[in-house]
Amino acid sequence: MAATALMPNLGLNVCANSDLVPDWTDQEVSTGTTIMAVEYDGGVVIGADSRTTTGAYIANRVTDKLTPIHDRIFCCRSGSAADTQAIADVVTYQLGFHSIELDEPPLVETAANLFKASCYRYREELTAGILVAGWDRRKGGQVYSVPIGGMLVRQPVSVGGSGSSYIYGFMDSNYKPGLSREQCLELTAAALSLAMERDGSSGGVIRLASISEEGLERRVILGNQLPRFFTR
Amino acid sequence: MKRNATSRKYGLVLSKMATVTVCRTNPGGFNFENCKRNLLLEAEANRVGYSLPTATKTGTTICGLVYRDGVILGADTRATEGMVVADKNCSKIHYISPNIYCCGAGTAADTEMTTRIISSNLELHSLSTGRLPRVATANRMLKQMLFRYQGYIGAALVLGGVDCNGPHLYSIYPHGSTDKLPYVTMGSGSLAAMAVFEDRYRPDMEEAEAKQLVRDAIAAGIFNDLGSGSNIDLCVITKGKVDYIRPHDEANKKGVRTGDYKYKRGTTGVLTKMVTPLALDVVEETVTTMDTS
Repeated sequence: MAATALMPNLGLNVCANSDLVPDWTDQEVSTGTTIMAVEYDGGVVIGADSRTTTGAYIANRVTDKLTPIHDRIFCCRSGSAADTQAIADVVTYQLGFHSIELDEPPLVETAANLFKASCYRYREELTAGILVAGWDRRKGGQVYSVPIGGMLVRQPVSVGGSGSSYIYGFMDSNYKPGLSREQCLELTAAALSLAMERDGSSGGVIRLASISEEGLERRVILGNQLPRFFTR
Repeated sequence: MKRNATSRKYGLVLSKMATVTVCRTNPGGFNFENCKRNLLLEAEANRVGYSLPTATKTGTTICGLVYRDGVILGADTRATEGMVVADKNCSKIHYISPNIYCCGAGTAADTEMTTRIISSNLELHSLSTGRLPRVATANRMLKQMLFRYQGYIGAALVLGGVDCNGPHLYSIYPHGSTDKLPYVTMGSGSLAAMAVFEDRYRPDMEEAEAKQLVRDAIAAGIFNDLGSGSNIDLCVITKGKVDYIRPHDEANKKGVRTGDYKYKRGTTGVLTKMVTPLALDVVEETVTTMDTS
């Protein structure tokens, strides 16, 4: 994909010589996606849909986009599947090494900065939008957003991916500081359900996780159990 | 490539602005300049009406599923070069290690060499650790290599095997992303095969039923996709045993011709026969040796 971006005016589709092989076999695998992360007092709640697409074909309808980076730190991946998997593997290694050197659980801010370092240095070659979320002893629950381009910013609530455009309004009007863990889970599930309804590249099941000092709790909401709204 | 549509447009504008001013001498890592050159050459050739020779692709239907005792991999056996069948009975299930096999779709050379390289490295790794290799290790090695080549190695793989942690199945895409699933299909016939899997797959199937399901999935690809054809190969991997069944099903046996265009002697009646011998002498004889080494 990087090569074609550098040559916008080729015109001819030079790659598809064989008519027997359909378009979507050449397309890069993208996570399409809607991802979301919310801070609450004592931890974070993260959520994602489960659809991975190659062009118009759904390559994996039960993807897990919530990737553990360390015991209490997760990342939500959006953009190119290959790029985000590779970056997450690199950061997992770097953070694990750093944590052993420190002999202490790593900070969420450290993990976020490691993501930023990779995403910014190779910004021309990568397509990765990542939310880093977790709990540490110093600042409690934190959410950091590392969008395409390699910016790093901490936010109390953040959404990402192609489906996020449809839920900014919902998020702005329904989030308030001081929500409980259960309320955050409900908010995330509702927002993801709305985005999956409207965005073609998002769908499947909702994967939720909540991270706090006590530990990690993962949940899956299947298609028929998704929160329902007026239009469904 | 599906992305956030609005940010893609802004992103492209911003990155153009950013790259104009930045001049990187040699950032290290791979240099894909020749790939750009190749694409331009191909465009030039197409413009004047020529087409460069295409690499043999495997068109292909490959699939795998996890059943009660292990993993079953299936593949068709047709290799295509453009619109022509290059090989009617090629082997698409490659050996990685005694307990791990890999089906390959995409460019035939790429799948063959990639699996050979990783098989070799995995054997060395296995001798180093003193243990039977794990499927997750093979997956890591394959995905890191394919990501390094940024999708230019056109190998889409279905990796399956049984190790100390049980049966595992991965699908690996040319750009280096992988998915760990109970059933996967790849190649041009993957949609046909996936339709069969989605209809009839259940967790913990028995071997006979699982083999039949894989056979039917590949058959769906063979008969409904032009890029796939010929026979069905199967590979059943269980703890301690591998059954490489080639072919499992000769779905497209070459038939016997019922008629012949050759005419029998005597079909055309002979009216007259005149024989004129030509007396020829050998004038000159030269011998040129061929270098057949």
